[in-house]
Amino acid sequence: METIKIQGTEDTPKIILDADNKVLEISGRSLPEDVTAFYEPVLNWLNEYSENPNDKTVFNFKLTYFNTASSKLLLDILMKLEEMHENGNNVLIRWHYPEDDEDMEEAGEEYADIVDVPFEQVSYSP
Amino acid sequence: MDNKKDIRGFLEFVYEFYKTMKAHEITLVYEGEITHQITKAFTSLTESNMAKDDEAGSVQRKVFHVMVECLQNISKHAEDFTSDDYLFSGRGIFLVSKGENEYSVTTGNAVENDRIEELTEMLETINRMNKDELKQLYKTQMKEGRLSTKGGAGLGFIDIKRKTGKELEYHFLPISDDTSFFLLTSTIGREEI
Repeated sequence: METIKIQGTEDTPKIILDADNKVLEISGRSLPEDVTAFYEPVLNWLNEYSENPNDKTVFNFKLTYFNTASSKLLLDILMKLEEMHENGNNVLIRWHYPEDDEDMEEAGEEYADIVDVPFEQVSYSP
Repeated sequence: MDNKKDIRGFLEFVYEFYKTMKAHEITLVYEGEITHQITKAFTSLTESNMAKDDEAGSVQRKVFHVMVECLQNISKHAEDFTSDDYLFSGRGIFLVSKGENEYSVTTGNAVENDRIEELTEMLETINRMNKDELKQLYKTQMKEGRLSTKGGAGLGFIDIKRKTGKELEYHFLPISDDTSFFLLTSTIGREEI
């Protein structure tokens, strides 16, 4: 499967979707000018991946900031992963947040409430 | 001769303007079209100023959040209008002030009068809600997905109230029979939470 690697910028996150090396990660800041267009390739990739996923899928979110427009698209990604989990796949979400950022920690808790998928909160020192 | 007098008058106005800004502790003011580039420039400018002032990390993050949502509110609503009127092309006024105890972020933009009721209701609802109710509302709005490409569904307002913990102050001033100027100000406490 094709690998997606997008370098992060000051307003868009770094994205790695690499099925061969089992790295699925979104990190950095997310406030793209057009959120729908920015996340479209990610959702398309996940759609294709979900047809023939690895034995175990770990998706890492390591965002330092996202705006409200991005929050909806992040939910779309999580719902896609939820769907994979519901279809009997082994899926784990790892939500990384800076240890001093309660808002980012809470955002993870909220997503964990909304989607029914194994969800792990991981704090790190920034 | 006249021209010289005009220029002097203008420069005196600039000095008065400068003093007024100082008196209101305004650190950034902008009038014009709010674009994504402008949003990026202002947030990074304010960020570096806050870092220089050793502002607490949590305060920096909150100010950043509020600025982005406020600016995007203006640029987003530019799309709602079919009018060619310059008032509705995503233009507005944006200012940031820094007081001893708090930052405030203020925006002003033209809105059509028939939106006043909806905006007032949304803001009043959000202002009345406590932390848990806001959290629920945010989740619902996010799930229901009544969003345009740039957000919407009041998520920005909800987010500002949640991040600042303070009511959103707003005011409508008449421009014409059909339009009003919508002013909104959010304050972020400088004490570390």
